[in-house]
Amino acid sequence: MTTRIFLLFVLWTGSVHASPDIQTWTTDQGVQVLFVEARQLPMVDLQVLFHAGSTGNGDKPGLSALTNHMLSQGADGLSADDISQAFESLGAVYGSDAGYDSAMVSLRSLSDKAKLDKALETLERVLAKPDFPVDAFERERNRMLIGLRAKKQNPGSLARDAFYAAVFNEHPYSRPVEGTEDSLQAITLDDLRAFHERYYVAANAVVAIVGDLTRNEAGRIANRLTGALPRGRPADPVPGVEPLTEAERVFIEHPSQQMHILMGQPGIRRGDEDYFPLYVGNHVLGGGGMISRLFAEIREKRGLSYSAYSYFSPMKQPGPFVAGLQTRADQAEEAIAVLKDNLRRFIAEGPTAEELEASKKNITGGFPLRIDSNNEILAYLAAIGIYDLPLDYLDTFNDRVEAVTIEQIRDAFARRVSPDTIVTVMVGPAPGSGEDAAN
Amino acid sequence: MKKIPSALFIITLLLSVAAQADVHEFTFDNGLKLIVKEDHRAPVVVSQVWYPIGSSYELPGSTGISHALEHMMFKGTEKHPAGEFSRIISENGGRENAFTSRDYTAYFQTLEKSRLPISFELEADRMRNLTLPEDEFLKEIEVVKEERRWRTDDKPTNYTYEVAMATAFQTSPYRHPVIGWMSDLDNMTIDDLEQWYRDWYAPNNATVVVVGDVDPQEVYALARQHFEPLPPEKLTPPPPRPEVEQQGIKRVTVRRPAELPYLFMGYKVPSLTPAADADPVVSESELYALEVLAGILDGGNSARFASRLVRGSEVAASVGAGYSLVSRMDSLFTITGTPSQDVTTADLEQAIRAELNDLRENLVTPEELARVKAQVVSEDVYEKDSMFYQGMIIGILESIGLDWRLADEYVGKVQTVSAEQVRDVVRKYFVDDRLTVAELDPLPITEPPRPPRGGLHLDH
Repeated sequence: MTTRIFLLFVLWTGSVHASPDIQTWTTDQGVQVLFVEARQLPMVDLQVLFHAGSTGNGDKPGLSALTNHMLSQGADGLSADDISQAFESLGAVYGSDAGYDSAMVSLRSLSDKAKLDKALETLERVLAKPDFPVDAFERERNRMLIGLRAKKQNPGSLARDAFYAAVFNEHPYSRPVEGTEDSLQAITLDDLRAFHERYYVAANAVVAIVGDLTRNEAGRIANRLTGALPRGRPADPVPGVEPLTEAERVFIEHPSQQMHILMGQPGIRRGDEDYFPLYVGNHVLGGGGMISRLFAEIREKRGLSYSAYSYFSPMKQPGPFVAGLQTRADQAEEAIAVLKDNLRRFIAEGPTAEELEASKKNITGGFPLRIDSNNEILAYLAAIGIYDLPLDYLDTFNDRVEAVTIEQIRDAFARRVSPDTIVTVMVGPAPGSGEDAAN
Repeated sequence: MKKIPSALFIITLLLSVAAQADVHEFTFDNGLKLIVKEDHRAPVVVSQVWYPIGSSYELPGSTGISHALEHMMFKGTEKHPAGEFSRIISENGGRENAFTSRDYTAYFQTLEKSRLPISFELEADRMRNLTLPEDEFLKEIEVVKEERRWRTDDKPTNYTYEVAMATAFQTSPYRHPVIGWMSDLDNMTIDDLEQWYRDWYAPNNATVVVVGDVDPQEVYALARQHFEPLPPEKLTPPPPRPEVEQQGIKRVTVRRPAELPYLFMGYKVPSLTPAADADPVVSESELYALEVLAGILDGGNSARFASRLVRGSEVAASVGAGYSLVSRMDSLFTITGTPSQDVTTADLEQAIRAELNDLRENLVTPEELARVKAQVVSEDVYEKDSMFYQGMIIGILESIGLDWRLADEYVGKVQTVSAEQVRDVVRKYFVDDRLTVAELDPLPITEPPRPPRGGLHLDH
């Protein structure tokens, strides 16, 4: 490294980066609001989130996703055409999404008062008064069924579903958010209405807002969006995840050229006390992009895969720890061996001092990049709200990263990641089936 | 003056003025162009180096060479050997990557603002000083082949798209896939890359775009220090390879293991190309009318495809439209979709054709036109939430040989498009003599895979 770069680095470490000023309060209905005032652009981004993810599906996988999707397909007498026209004629963008732990609707609008007001009027009706029309229900369910068939021609999607099924066994996380063909066919309109009534309630909601508004304006918006929601009661806690007791290998035959490989097991919860050692440690192992060990060993040294990575996906209950790659089918065993070997070695030895230092510099030095747009700040507000993270999560982030030691990483990985009970999923051609080896 | 269109126009005008006021352009003696856009919302800087080189410059037999070279740009110089580039950027908290398209290759870093010098030093170094070691190439070309398998060969719809482009274009290099044909990747050598690098990577063939919380004069001084000493290269433009006039509809079927059928329809249409001015038959207003048409058909859930084909007749599970307003050469207006259960691709094609006929015979409604225009006005604000995207717009325009100031005219020009102009472009361009239809005909997924390219005739 040149002297100039070194000097810059020294100069830089003294500077401080302010986190966004998060204002929080509860609406008249008792809903938590998280708000960041951002006046530079004449626009507003907001999300209304509910603890209404797939963990509330019971024996009907896909119910939360279908309910969430159906909100904009008819509400308070408005048709799907009316609703989409109402937003889009203003240049506003409506969105919705359902995951394992939560579901949400989002709105992006200009902050122009008349436009924003009209968009909110429609959003309010979509949230509180969906009609769940029967024709739209049949149509959207059919489209979801087509979506499930699309997954069957995608080895990456097949691998993901098989991985969650093997890692989470009987837990709700084991079942795809989009449901299965059988479960979607069994869902009725009454199921949707009941799910909406149970989960889309004030006691179960969080509002996140970023944009060109005063605190008072944001307050009025949050009251308005949640005012028509019944109080209701909070969702039940998500059940705990059982650790795996033995290693398992799952193979799904697929006529692809590559073998898609996923390895992993249950990892950590949001807010877990081991979060920072595991997060920083994994940055060295497979989370740090082009400088991570897995990338170096699998791609840079051996040319085995275009991508090679690992990550923890923290959820309300321990979400998965995943390591993955894709490689020409005849190289699959070699790639798995390299992956496993690196995992074992990392658990046993942890990172070197140099690696840890490099990862810390990347994470803390890149902090301003995490919050350089309204969009990204909104995502943090949503996570803080849904996962009940401390409000100073962003303020203390760099300090907590800096505080992580090699010993903490080694200790946390030894306790939380076990190669002896790891799941390995492979999706691709059966050994010896193909002409791939000819390449 | 109280009418809404006037208000929109004023907003547009204000935005355009604001946009121009904070963009600064510099050109150095060695031909390098620097464009700096100030955005002081966060203490961050995006640095992008754009080279106007991509798969549309490539010759048959060496497709994919621009993309392969993009991979090798991370494999070191004398000063910073393989891996150092990424290590230094990472250690400085940066995010980095690169992308290759038909018309350009771009390298970018996003950094805390004080670290721009690191980006400039490294980018200037690899603009002229790559070492291109053969052992690194032999590994990296295998990575590129894995990327191709992952991106194209194992994704039936992407594979079909590749076949469709190679069918639609006969003489235009837009028939080449950006990632390259597998056989070309098999035969590529480090000498080929060395030559390609010498030919195209030079300051007089590069635009540096910087967006962020920076002082333009300081950025200029920094660029002088790092990029100005680089020697320019004599550039030889590639032979012009315009597309021959199509005579009659083209149809191609891809039979491949898959679950779902897929339909591709592509009409040859003009784009805002560097040569567009010279074409007396194409007026600029037509191009903006095509842009509006894409919005009428697919600009959201209230657009015609969603409201009439996904809802309405329910023939499509999904259907979309795509048009590249700016492009180095004329391209396709694409319509792609997945039919609903028990609907064939032929049914879907008929339904799409019926929509096009409607547009040929009837004017779009004032509400539809107003909706598309309102969306364009809003998007122009929304996109400023991303520094990276602001840099992209400048970089793309410059790389295909257009002026970045065109971006400031975009909203205003869309506002002037009339219903008649939309109808007229449909009449003129959406005819069978400009059409290619490709269809994915699924084979059972349980069958063993076909040999690569078996049963397809792509290259003749």
